[in-house]
Amino acid sequence: MQFKPRSGSGRNTENSYPRILRCGDRAVAIEFSDTVSEAANLKVLSLDVSLASAPIEGILETIPTYRSLTVIYDPKIVRGAFLGNELMQRATHETAASATGRLLEFPVLYGGEHQADLDELAEMKNMTAADVIALHSSAEYRVYMIGFAPGFAYLGGLPEILHTPRLTVPRQRIEAGAIGIGGRQSSINSVPGPSGWRFLGRTPFRLFDATRSEPFLLKAGDRITFRSIGIDEARELDEQVASGTAELKEIA
Amino acid sequence: MTALLTISRVGPMMSLQDEGRYGFRARGVSTSGAMDRDAHAIANALVGNDPHAAAIEFALTGGAFTADRDTLIAVTGGSCQVEIAGKPVPTWESHSLKAGETLTVGALRGAVWGYLAISGGITIPKMLGSRSTHLRTAVGGLNGKALSPGDILPLGEPGKLAPRTLGTPYLRGHGPIAVIPGPQDDYFDADAWKTFLRQPYRTTTSRDRMAMVLDGPALKAFKGHDIVSDATVVGSIQVPGSGNPIVLTADGQTTGGYPKIATVASFDLARLAQLPAGQQFLFRAIPADLAEEQAIHAEDRLAAVIADLKS
Repeated sequence: MQFKPRSGSGRNTENSYPRILRCGDRAVAIEFSDTVSEAANLKVLSLDVSLASAPIEGILETIPTYRSLTVIYDPKIVRGAFLGNELMQRATHETAASATGRLLEFPVLYGGEHQADLDELAEMKNMTAADVIALHSSAEYRVYMIGFAPGFAYLGGLPEILHTPRLTVPRQRIEAGAIGIGGRQSSINSVPGPSGWRFLGRTPFRLFDATRSEPFLLKAGDRITFRSIGIDEARELDEQVASGTAELKEIA
Repeated sequence: MTALLTISRVGPMMSLQDEGRYGFRARGVSTSGAMDRDAHAIANALVGNDPHAAAIEFALTGGAFTADRDTLIAVTGGSCQVEIAGKPVPTWESHSLKAGETLTVGALRGAVWGYLAISGGITIPKMLGSRSTHLRTAVGGLNGKALSPGDILPLGEPGKLAPRTLGTPYLRGHGPIAVIPGPQDDYFDADAWKTFLRQPYRTTTSRDRMAMVLDGPALKAFKGHDIVSDATVVGSIQVPGSGNPIVLTADGQTTGGYPKIATVASFDLARLAQLPAGQQFLFRAIPADLAEEQAIHAEDRLAAVIADLKS
């Protein structure tokens, strides 16, 4: 069978959104934008909510990202072509969710084992470390998506002054809880692993712990603020996290 | 008392796998599960287990095992030397392994991923609904790790310990590996597509449960090799700046920032994963609607093989 793929034309052409993208024989995506935008992300999340509250038979999983929603399905129960139409219809009828996810406050021990990175960042920005901390902890962040590693949250809302290029050589191991900046993105490390981001400090809280009754702390749409804490409070929280008694503060 | 399986020798990347971990990709948790789903299911069926039970997956070469109770064992995935108490037995059928006898599983010929199923299945606790091991993030399996000598695994209650053989042979397709174009098919111009579909690619030793890096003519994405990170799936073919395609497999990460030229058809992914390093092959593009039909046929064929076991 002769089948021609939809190759690009050789120059950038404008796409119209939303549009449906096939991702193999078990997944289909609806894409709302080709850039990072809060408006597109809110459409993604509201469609995801719509699918959760009024499910379509045959959908196994949904994966919301910055600007698209990928749906994994069982082709024995539902076909991608049908799903694509359904998603387009819902996307045009749903009104985008407003940005009112839970607002959670993460205590952060700025500096600590990440003091060198914090100092370097401050120097790059011609600020004091205290300025960087004040700036970083004054912003409200939004969880655009979870991915890459269990519980890893991609945050939007990093003040532009703090946008910083990644390291040229990634480091082998960054611990869970480390608060990082990579380009325009920021995040909280969820599992230990290599990273080319720069880190400002750490939170005692764990985004992922499979032994908890709720293994994941965050979901897409949540909002986050950071509160600077001292070493004593950090140690106290470390102990509470280890014994499973720590409670993340939900502001709203 | 729970029956126990003791491992005394292991090959590389030996891990526990079941049908995979579903429902958590939105939380960043990979699906995992057997690299060759069909071979894994058949091994389980041959020893009387649910096809989705946890079994041992090994890469390239097996190991040595003993059980403290009479069991049935089966090795699938490829052909290799299997011995029970020093006596050779065939792969793709089940055999009685008496308490205390040593089972040895040798090197796979013409395949990469092998499976050892034991009657009763391996019954370590589940994590997030599955026993599959995700090595990079230490999720599931035995403490999230690859198996090593001295590990002891609990076995479930077996059914009837009657050895079984395949009544219908399990046959794989041949020829080019089927892919469905997209989601970023439009990042590549007609020339790149011509290269991708007409030039041979080669498997390399840069491979693990997460991904396979392919060798062959470099693919250039005229729109660039960075996209706003979006969801990947098992079978996504990412094209980073090097131009060498990377096929995501069972342990593949859930999101990524490289354009994905195509997705390997679900029914051809294990065939690709089983190609030994250095082997040349071609890709062919098929529409998603046709791939769905063929995927369903492949599931039906597997079900027929499992329904037609002989004892």
